[in-house]
Amino acid sequence: MLAFLVQRISQALLVMFVISVIAFAIQDGLGDPLQQMVGMSVSQDEREAIREEMGLNDSLVVQYLRFAGNALQGDLGTSYFYGKPTLDVILEHLPATLELVIGASLIIIVFSVPIGVYAAIRPQAWLSKFFMGVSTVGISIPVFLTAIVLIQLFSIGVTVDGFPADTGWGSWLNGALSTDGGLPSYGRGDELTPLFGTWDSGFFSQSGILHLILPSVSLASIMLPLFIRLIRAEMMEVLQSDYIRYARAKGLSSARINFLHALKNTMLPVITVGGVQIGIMVAYTILTETVFQWPGVGLMFLEAITRSDIPLIVAYLMVVGLIFVITNTVVDLVYGLVNPTVKLTGKKA
Amino acid sequence: MKKLLTAFVGSMALAAAPMAMSAEANKELKMAYDADPVTLDIHEQLSGGMLQLSHMTFDPLLRWTKDLGFEARLAESWARIDENTMRFKLREGVKFHSGNELTTKDVKFTFERLKQSQDFKAIFKPFSDIKVIDDYTFELVTREPYPLLLNTATYIFPMDSEFYTGKTEDGKDKSAITKHGNSYASEHLSGTGPYVVAERRQGVRVEFERFDDYWDAASPGNVGKIVLTPIKENNTRVSALLSGGVDFIAPVPPTDLERIRRDENSSLVTMSGTRIILFHMNQDRVEAFKDPKVRQAVAYAINQEGIAAKIMKGFATPAAQMSPTGYQGHNESLKPRFDVAKAQQLMKEAGYEDGFTITMMAPNNRYVNDDKIAQAVAAMLARINIKVDLKTLPKAQYWPEYDDRAADMMMIGWHADTEDSANFYEFLTFCPDAESGAGQYNAGNYCNPEVDALVNKANVETDLDKRTAMLKEVEQRLYDEAAFVPLHWQDLAWASKKNVKIEEILNVMNFPYLGDLVVE
Repeated sequence: MLAFLVQRISQALLVMFVISVIAFAIQDGLGDPLQQMVGMSVSQDEREAIREEMGLNDSLVVQYLRFAGNALQGDLGTSYFYGKPTLDVILEHLPATLELVIGASLIIIVFSVPIGVYAAIRPQAWLSKFFMGVSTVGISIPVFLTAIVLIQLFSIGVTVDGFPADTGWGSWLNGALSTDGGLPSYGRGDELTPLFGTWDSGFFSQSGILHLILPSVSLASIMLPLFIRLIRAEMMEVLQSDYIRYARAKGLSSARINFLHALKNTMLPVITVGGVQIGIMVAYTILTETVFQWPGVGLMFLEAITRSDIPLIVAYLMVVGLIFVITNTVVDLVYGLVNPTVKLTGKKA
Repeated sequence: MKKLLTAFVGSMALAAAPMAMSAEANKELKMAYDADPVTLDIHEQLSGGMLQLSHMTFDPLLRWTKDLGFEARLAESWARIDENTMRFKLREGVKFHSGNELTTKDVKFTFERLKQSQDFKAIFKPFSDIKVIDDYTFELVTREPYPLLLNTATYIFPMDSEFYTGKTEDGKDKSAITKHGNSYASEHLSGTGPYVVAERRQGVRVEFERFDDYWDAASPGNVGKIVLTPIKENNTRVSALLSGGVDFIAPVPPTDLERIRRDENSSLVTMSGTRIILFHMNQDRVEAFKDPKVRQAVAYAINQEGIAAKIMKGFATPAAQMSPTGYQGHNESLKPRFDVAKAQQLMKEAGYEDGFTITMMAPNNRYVNDDKIAQAVAAMLARINIKVDLKTLPKAQYWPEYDDRAADMMMIGWHADTEDSANFYEFLTFCPDAESGAGQYNAGNYCNPEVDALVNKANVETDLDKRTAMLKEVEQRLYDEAAFVPLHWQDLAWASKKNVKIEEILNVMNFPYLGDLVVE
């Protein structure tokens, strides 16, 4: 266990180092940060003076060493745009993203497990076929399209009047296909409850929850089908295995077999995949946050790129790297809890 | 949540005399712009966003009216004393957000700070001095007779000298202007404007509350609170309006104009803007561009009307010159000259019938449809056998390339900070001179000393009729020589809910006078 943690920490440090070098190496390609900070009519001399003052004229090696020296003391630089330490900026934006990821994860967990299990137990039922069909479609629709459709349907609203309104079926169809809209389409709302530090939560007010619905659903829409299919496939395989047949032969109730014995073994690979997917979800938040103007780190990062806010870009990449390492570590630990026969060692088994 | 100025706003509330408060100023306005103010220090950066903030929280000495005239604000009146001097009379009894009273010492403080500001000092270069006569009278003095004195005075938003003087707790100078990193002025604000910054989370939201002691009691404005949310994504901004999440958005992307026009709960306001979009033809990189015939051929080959209609969906005004209508140099006789046969003829005369190959660069996220416009121009040039190798870049990468003059034809959009034609020429067509900064963005390396001399002469001509004639002449000569390829002026568009009367407060400079906004 200890060796495992030591190995993980050294891995994390290596990841950080590599990320910082890469981020630094590409900064020339990110454009001139000064362009965003001065008006068009500022003269070249003035620009040169500011550039000098900001240390942008030093060679990349000098700039990197300065950055690395500060980073080792916990200072990841100051954002050009926010004028504040980059870590503070990221920590301010992180709660929004975490709540979005939590919201999406809840949706995924609540829906994927029952649907996946059901589809595995009753593969021939029409409801199973329906779910599988919908999930195929779900996987192939890009998240931003889902988001735009959701906004049109549930925030703006759609009025369908294509069917003849004077017939009973026509007006029923019109009514059934029209939506009212009204759900918030951007931001986190006004009523946020301070939790601690910079964490203002949207989970404790009606407005906060309403604002969370569409972004969470959009974000969940990519992962949900994947998990349903994964759980179904794993569960079906487990249901074929000898110990389940034996349990059946022993006359255990099918509920006990399905939910205690089979589901437990189904969840092992799902947790592993889930851990990796949470990391990927952080990446998808960039798209979701952009469409919904969700003030989290994804949106912050994208805007940092358009502004060439290099210190913030580097710091964000490093924080995300750290999050990846931590989630993977936690996943491995949870895996160990669910299946105690797995050994957590520093060496390859 | 970071609260700014709370202590200060709190004390304001106690000190505020209730009688001054406009009883009806109780409406709330939610607005979504594509960006929020990058700082609260209005002298840190010269940009549209900062001017919008200035007009909300400060007030200028005088401001532009819709028809590009002047309207007195903090200056009650002004009169020319001699060729180089203008005397201003300040409005009495105007209060800053801090409670301090506005006097000429604040104007002097502001003027001197402007001359220190990296972004503003160029605009204030013609001014040599500010002379304080008494608490409410001062004179602005220029080195030479300066016809744009009043234009420039619209940039003087008096700052609270007492509030911005002294040291912060950690020993920093409160008046310092810092481009990167925090300064006192970038987080604290005390102006004379209609709104006080109540709360600000950069990139997320800014809350403004109406200033109880606002001097302009005659203003019809009845908005007591404004919440500004920056929404960069066009679709999201429009959805926010259509779903009723916000009351007022800007800008409206051309692709959604129809959608908003059709929506019965929204109203749309558009006007022809003053930002010119053009291409430079680099004569240093391409020998053929030295020949005026070739440049004219390029000008004849390009269909401005077509670009404005098809690519901009009618949301642009085709241009044949830089100066938009209303500017002194605007020359009505110049019309877009699209004629492919004539263009081919000119190429033949110049000896380039078989054409040549050039490189072209344009940004792809700076101006409306910039990359599509560049593609269309490239296709149009193919018809006169000019083969274009086009590259489009995000603006962060584009501008360094622009500064390096990295392609034979490069796109730029320009808005004159002084709302005057000469500003276009000085930056875009003057013979490039690193020393004086002339022609800083002249990526065509076009150089005509005679034209430059004419502009310089116009710049010290205070007889506006004579000056107008000179600038029109400049525009004509640039047109004749095809110094650059003008495309169009980008139109402006705003949209709001029906009950928000934005039409009255909008202008071509795109700084809405939100203090005067009426919400029904």
